Amino acid sequence: MLRLILKKIGLLVPTFIGVTLTSFFFIRLLPGDPILLLAGERGVDPERYQELMVKFGYNEPIWQQYLSYLGKLFQGDLGVSIVTKQPVLQEFMTLFPATVELGVCAIIFAIVVGLPAGIIAAVKRGKTLDHSVMTTALVGYSMPIFWWGLLLIILFSGTLGWTPVSGRIDLINYWIDEPVTGFMLIDTWFVDQPGAFASAVQHLILPTVVLGTIPLAVIARQTRSAMLEVLDEDYVRTARAKGLSNFRVIGVHALRNALIPVITIIGLQIGVLFAGAILTENIFSWPGVGKWMVDSIFRRDYPSVQGGLLMIAVIVMIVNLVVDLLYGLINPKIRHTE
Amino acid sequence: MSLKKSLLLGGSLFAAAVVAGPVMAKTLVYCSEGSPEGFTPSLYTSGTTFDASARNIYNKLVEFKPGTTEIVPGLAESWEVSKDGKEYTFHLRKGVKFHTTKWFTPSRDFNADDVIFSFDRQGNKENPYHNVSGGTYQYYDAMDMPDLLERIEKIDDYTVKFVLSHPEAAMIANLAMGFASIQSAEYADAMMANKDAFDQKPVGTGPFQLVGYQKDAVIRYKANPDYWNGKAPLDNLVFAITPDASVRYQKLVAGECHVMAYPNPADLEAMSKDPNITLLQQEGLNIGYMAYNTQMPPFDNPKVRKALNMAINKEAILNAVFQGIGQVAKNPIPPTMWSYNNEIVDDPYDPEAAKAILEAEGVKDLEMKVWAMPVQRPYNPNARRMAELIQSDFAKVGVDVEIVTYEWGEYLKRSSDVNRDGAVLLGWVGDNGDPDNFLAVLLSCEAVGGSNRSQWCNEEFNDLIEKAKLVSDVDERTRLYEEAQVVFKREAPWATIAHSLVSEPISVRVQNYKIDPFGGHYFYGVDLK
Repeated sequence: MLRLILKKIGLLVPTFIGVTLTSFFFIRLLPGDPILLLAGERGVDPERYQELMVKFGYNEPIWQQYLSYLGKLFQGDLGVSIVTKQPVLQEFMTLFPATVELGVCAIIFAIVVGLPAGIIAAVKRGKTLDHSVMTTALVGYSMPIFWWGLLLIILFSGTLGWTPVSGRIDLINYWIDEPVTGFMLIDTWFVDQPGAFASAVQHLILPTVVLGTIPLAVIARQTRSAMLEVLDEDYVRTARAKGLSNFRVIGVHALRNALIPVITIIGLQIGVLFAGAILTENIFSWPGVGKWMVDSIFRRDYPSVQGGLLMIAVIVMIVNLVVDLLYGLINPKIRHTE
Repeated sequence: MSLKKSLLLGGSLFAAAVVAGPVMAKTLVYCSEGSPEGFTPSLYTSGTTFDASARNIYNKLVEFKPGTTEIVPGLAESWEVSKDGKEYTFHLRKGVKFHTTKWFTPSRDFNADDVIFSFDRQGNKENPYHNVSGGTYQYYDAMDMPDLLERIEKIDDYTVKFVLSHPEAAMIANLAMGFASIQSAEYADAMMANKDAFDQKPVGTGPFQLVGYQKDAVIRYKANPDYWNGKAPLDNLVFAITPDASVRYQKLVAGECHVMAYPNPADLEAMSKDPNITLLQQEGLNIGYMAYNTQMPPFDNPKVRKALNMAINKEAILNAVFQGIGQVAKNPIPPTMWSYNNEIVDDPYDPEAAKAILEAEGVKDLEMKVWAMPVQRPYNPNARRMAELIQSDFAKVGVDVEIVTYEWGEYLKRSSDVNRDGAVLLGWVGDNGDPDNFLAVLLSCEAVGGSNRSQWCNEEFNDLIEKAKLVSDVDERTRLYEEAQVVFKREAPWATIAHSLVSEPISVRVQNYKIDPFGGHYFYGVDLK
């Protein structure tokens, strides 16, 4: 097992270098100049422009800039944002808990609803229930997130008044000025303000549904097809013949084997969640890294884009590594063959 | 009394107690459009940052009267200008307290040292704070302060003298801008060991003081109890950072905020019909224009430029691009600005006459580019659409237009180039209410190759605006600027398109809120009913 882990980590090294290369050069390939963008319509005189280029180090040859970026990176320094002049790592770490909180809720929502939906569809194969679940999943999968989010806001917040429109907490009645963990559910649980936790939960409902919709649809479809395959296996038929209850056959014998491809899919959804977070965070004024990345790209804030991309890539890599290791736990066959 | 009645009475008393409750603090929530870049206004340029800092936390020596471009005393009670226009002496207000916050307790009142520190940081490279937080002072540079401001002298604790290298009539207006916010020198000294925090945890003299800020989520303020002009009617002020305009609107409808920034033009009609929303509208201090490159033939001929201007149906543009919310522009400065020359008659929309002039000038089968900005601005909400309308207007006079666009940074860079091809759509929002801030920045000879996108250097016009810069008498300046506008109209370096109206939806509960002509958001004096 240790060898397996080391081998997997070894494979991550070239991926990591690849990510530093792409994140560094990708943003520089886009037309646009951060100094000119900051100056706007006003412009900046050529002398001052040169001065700023030197200050930010953009006058150096690009390979030299890359090497100095790498050098700093290995000392744990992601640079300083051109726009806010704050350390990139500090900005990322301030915003990251909000993205994680939303992402975790969304994936839990997707699994809790998607998994049973897929199982039901498989068990009721060809029946109306199966068609309804799969059609709903297809619609969910095809839904443009921005439109879906606005639609839910207008319906549930604007018209019915059931949920808050956006943000993480009711700003008129609650004051969480110095978040301890950055996770609103945890911070409000410990703060001495009755109702704050409930408000945080209410604020999570719509963004969770919106961000969780696509993973939910994917999980439901994948579970259905994996279950269908397993339900046709001989050992399932044997289990049934032995007179085991339907619940035991499906829940214990079939599901455990069907879970392997489903877990792969869930692992892959982490990347999808980050992509979805960009839009979801914008709609719901959710202060996470997705929104921050988009702002940074528009402003050509090179250090923030590089740092943000790198951090996200590292997190996705770690999650995938954990998923790989989880296979081994679920399916001993994989553990042995590796 | 029966049990039922007693229960009912008790219940209603309880309900009344809950409804009445203790006297609630007045908290106004403003749905802002983005996060501030920081809290030291001189380091940044965006209106979002100025709203969060300069306009509510800090004071300047002089201020804009709320809702106007008029200058009123701020931290300076009065001032005198020397005869040669090169020395400005300010008499500072006494008894002004800096905010007492969790991170700093001031031991003294505001005085001349604070004024000197605030400007010295920006202009003096040796100042220990000069290079802190990136150390770029773009507004200070843009207003030409490094060349203009020779030195600041402390006459006594409550008198400072600004000595200029040359007379500058717009100096007082410049000092009302965000970059001229006064920060505490005592606080700066106290933060020498952690200078970066100085720009993130502000201490000002303004009507509101910062309580907390969470990036991309919320900024909280409370009223400064010691404010020199009296405590604000609001107890708390909250900026709920909400980047999407449709979501801001929904929050306003749901009562989650009381004032919202930058509504979608498409939502204005619905907002005006909502009984819970008051839609405030005011002429903005802006101009949307199309700049010809007057150094390239055939646009070097004023008659050709005039003819093209006559071919543009500005009313149609106003309706299609601005949804009718604005007014057609005839001058390079907006009508709300002093010295606006209302005597000027705009070029009529007359495609036939335009065609005849073009023919007479020997312009045949002209092909040109019209540049459409890739971004939305108050002075031009949809540049692509505007370019298409101009394209179809020009087609009627036999001019073939190709529409081009670039990424915003590239657009700004390329459009400044003297050898640029074609006419550029752009605009301007005023910084300080002074005509010099439009005419010199956008049309002076000095700005050719930079912010003068028409690359137009007209001696007569330039002399007039240069002269107006040197005199401090407002009547004389008005006369000079009016004359400059006559020259501008005759020479037509731009097609002046429109001045947009600024709209701001607020809850009907909000009282005394005034739209700022510069597009800012001030909350001092605002109340909630």
